[in-house]
Amino acid sequence: MKKKRLFENIVHGIFLILGLITVGFVLLITIYLIVSGIPAINEIGIIDFLFGAEWAPTKSEPQYGILPFILTSVYGTAGAILIGVPIGFMTAVYLSKVANKKVRAMVETAVNLLAGIPSVVYGLVGMLILVPNIKKIFDIPDGASLLAAIIVLAIMILPSIIKVSITSLDAVPKEYEDASLALGATETETFFKVSVPAAKSGIAAAVVLGVGRAIGEAMAVMMVSGNVANMPSLFESVRFLTTAVSSEMAYSSGLQQQALFSIALVLFLFIMLINVTLNFFLKKERK
Amino acid sequence: MKKIVSLVLAVVLMCAVFAGCGNTNGTVTSDNSTSKKTVTTDGSTSMEKVIGALGEAFESEEGITVTYNPTGSSSGIKAVLEGTCDIGLSSRDLKDEEISQGLKGTVLAYDGIAIIVNNANSVSDMDLETIAKIFKGEITNWKELGGKDAEIVLIGREAGSGTRDGFESVTDTEDACKYRQELTSTGDVITTVSNNEDAIGYASVASVEDTVKTLTVSGIAPTEETIKNGTYVVQRPFVLVTKEGTQLSESASAFFDYITSEKAADIIAAAGVVAA
Repeated sequence: MKKKRLFENIVHGIFLILGLITVGFVLLITIYLIVSGIPAINEIGIIDFLFGAEWAPTKSEPQYGILPFILTSVYGTAGAILIGVPIGFMTAVYLSKVANKKVRAMVETAVNLLAGIPSVVYGLVGMLILVPNIKKIFDIPDGASLLAAIIVLAIMILPSIIKVSITSLDAVPKEYEDASLALGATETETFFKVSVPAAKSGIAAAVVLGVGRAIGEAMAVMMVSGNVANMPSLFESVRFLTTAVSSEMAYSSGLQQQALFSIALVLFLFIMLINVTLNFFLKKERK
Repeated sequence: MKKIVSLVLAVVLMCAVFAGCGNTNGTVTSDNSTSKKTVTTDGSTSMEKVIGALGEAFESEEGITVTYNPTGSSSGIKAVLEGTCDIGLSSRDLKDEEISQGLKGTVLAYDGIAIIVNNANSVSDMDLETIAKIFKGEITNWKELGGKDAEIVLIGREAGSGTRDGFESVTDTEDACKYRQELTSTGDVITTVSNNEDAIGYASVASVEDTVKTLTVSGIAPTEETIKNGTYVVQRPFVLVTKEGTQLSESASAFFDYITSEKAADIIAAAGVVAA
């Protein structure tokens, strides 16, 4: 009896340590980012850093304003949500409520495959197909633009939106829908007036998850957005918070490098904010 | 509950301690290294690749460590003058006043930068001044240069890149280039130019293949020969800076001889530049 207890305790201990390792990593990254991100912000001045409109770290009088990056990230994410959410949401309603089993299985496999495609592949296809076509269709000198990034991001966030929405739509009790149908409502009325409202916090969570993915994506947008620190405009070359860090890290030094850490810190705060929002919606759904 | 809290605290503290250790260890080794057999180099950020490759080869042959401090050409030259490094690295020729202070420059290699356009572009030659005007945004349409009526799309590199620094200093367009795209690698620039008929960009000569068209500058194409004899002008020298009259340490002079020898030419070429 005693031996068994001891064994149980050891196993519990191992689990605890493994769990703490994860927590340790989160803490380590957070502390590291804060410690390495603060000095440059202090040196540049938080107002100049966050609201400065010019980024030119190698100029003879260096400028370290990241407002173009922040706005680009916000606009880019908003655009991706605007295109991605209606498509993803409608797909989820169709798959969960209308589609027969065979179709559903097939489409779900496709969605899972879409989720598994590495972001560099999205970027490559965007660079070789999307960018030249945007140039042709809109008759602009170069297709690498905010629009290209928005389209790539919209496709990238589809899988997470579809999957989370399906789960919450599936969880709507069948009795609700049966009652609605029994009262004479059509199927479409039932889906949009009964099922969707019942699943609304799950769908909200799906949207927030999409925002999180879109704002944190670097590789794919770097390949299609042109990477010039302009103020965001649909057909102009733009640079996101993520790509600002990754594109200059290789050769940077001194204050420029420290400022890149500060950009990473700003991005980290954005993503933390999104996670808190996500948790809020998920908790609400559980209740 | 109390137990768990204390355990969490202990783990966090341990993490903090380890993190601290890592940092101090790092600095200690790099400080100590000067007392061992090492060669210290300091200077141009553009020379990172070539000095890195040479240093590695030298270290595996002789067992002497070569350290490299990327501070920029001017600080590298200053460091030699002050005696804080063995060999200074400069990606420009020494100025007269620097030579008069007793510094000596030895050209290690030449870095040629090719100006590239799309294969479908009919323009095939321009002079340095025209290139500067294009990148500063003073000439914006190909028809001004005898091409078709289309806006010129400028493809460049990110701030801090050695190729960008080299190109802008040769064409005298520092801080003035109106790029449409800033890409992070030579390969990206070449791919983008090969995909856009109206694009113009620059890339290290060694990496350009026939997917794009290399322009001749004032009639001269970038080849190993024209770069070496200076007739192709979009190029700059990689200079080793030493102090006249000051004896190099034994290991530093061994490194200096090694990298200027015939043997090192292949390593220099592999790093994408033309050995002197």
